[in-house]
Amino acid sequence: MNLNATLIGELIAFIVFVWFCMKFVWPPLNDAIEARQKKIVDGLAASDRAEKDLELAQEKATAQLKEAKSQAAEIIEAAKKRETQIVEEAAVKAEAEKAKILAAGHTEIEAERNRAKEELRQQVALLAIAGAEKILERSIDAAAHSDILDKFVAEL
Amino acid sequence: MAEEVTLSGHIQHHLTNAKMCSTESGLAFNKACSDSGFWTWHIDTLAWSIGLGILFLAIFRSAAKKATIGVPGKFQCFIEMIVDFVGDNVAKTFQGKSTLIAPLALTIFVWVFLMNLMDLIPVDFLPALAGFVGESAFGMDSHDVYMKIVPTTDINLTAALAVGVFLLMVAYSVKIKGVSGFIKELTLHPFSTDNKLAMVFLIPCNLLLETIALIAKPFSLALRLFGNLYAGELIFILIGAIGLMQLPLHFVWAVFHILVIVLQAFVFMMLTIVYLSMASSDNH
Repeated sequence: MNLNATLIGELIAFIVFVWFCMKFVWPPLNDAIEARQKKIVDGLAASDRAEKDLELAQEKATAQLKEAKSQAAEIIEAAKKRETQIVEEAAVKAEAEKAKILAAGHTEIEAERNRAKEELRQQVALLAIAGAEKILERSIDAAAHSDILDKFVAEL
Repeated sequence: MAEEVTLSGHIQHHLTNAKMCSTESGLAFNKACSDSGFWTWHIDTLAWSIGLGILFLAIFRSAAKKATIGVPGKFQCFIEMIVDFVGDNVAKTFQGKSTLIAPLALTIFVWVFLMNLMDLIPVDFLPALAGFVGESAFGMDSHDVYMKIVPTTDINLTAALAVGVFLLMVAYSVKIKGVSGFIKELTLHPFSTDNKLAMVFLIPCNLLLETIALIAKPFSLALRLFGNLYAGELIFILIGAIGLMQLPLHFVWAVFHILVIVLQAFVFMMLTIVYLSMASSDNH
């Protein structure tokens, strides 16, 4: 063994290397590792939370969907009811309209018949007068015999 | 080659560091330094170890500068894997908090690993290149150019690491337990009694035992790393000397040696953490 001054030189080099490593190498690397570990832990926690949130949201969405479906069914039910109601109402209204129109038609027909009857009666009177004139060979003074005529017409 | 190279000469050449020392006539190298005593510098050990240390720091510093909280690149992942591995071991082994232990462990692990890794470069490549450069550029005899590229096969380097760890152990002991606590630890264990008179006899025994136990730690640290790598290097040199048959043998030994390289770096790091943990814990 030949220990010599090399030992001193190496000791100094060793101390300098350790000092440099302690000052400039270890802290930034270790800090980066620890910061990243913390970040990963936080990220995992956040992802867990997000998963739970998602589950909750899905549950909520399912419930809402169910509610919406039942509401839709209700609305359809109501609409169907309303539809039949409207149809019935329309039928009733139409029936009433029909009756009204029929009644109006009847009265009009009645009036028309009455008028025709009247006209016919008058024409018959005229015809009767004309016939009577023929028979009597003379004219009948309409004014003088109007009472007879009227009586005749009334008898028709 | 001017003279016949013997096998032992070849091995000797491989196991000799490039030396530098200052003499009365200025800086001298290698054989001129054979009797220069303590103030000799192993310039190959110094250059390779400091170069590898700077390489380690440059790689890790560049990763540290680019470190982001976001998605890391592959390079950053690799560096962070090492940092995390060392940090995990420190956290599991070292009781208490310290901003020094983890970077110290990282430096020891990666630096020692890189230095050990030099062992996998075929033993003749770089010394032969150095010999060629020395001969052609500086006009030296290529046998007079030494180049030992594995710094951990130099006891000076492993001893320097162990001394550094030892100083930290003493510093931590004093810092946590105080000077009196440290002295008590050295003198009142493992034998203790309430009898004052008996204690007077026991204290020297305790001091002797505890001092040996304390000194043995850096010694074992330094010698374990040195011994493992020196032996490995020696076997590489022997394999390299047997001609063409070396290829399969070299491969097998290199594969096995990969284990030694990582393991010794890891063991040095772990024992450093354990010793410092023991030094900074109160319960004996």
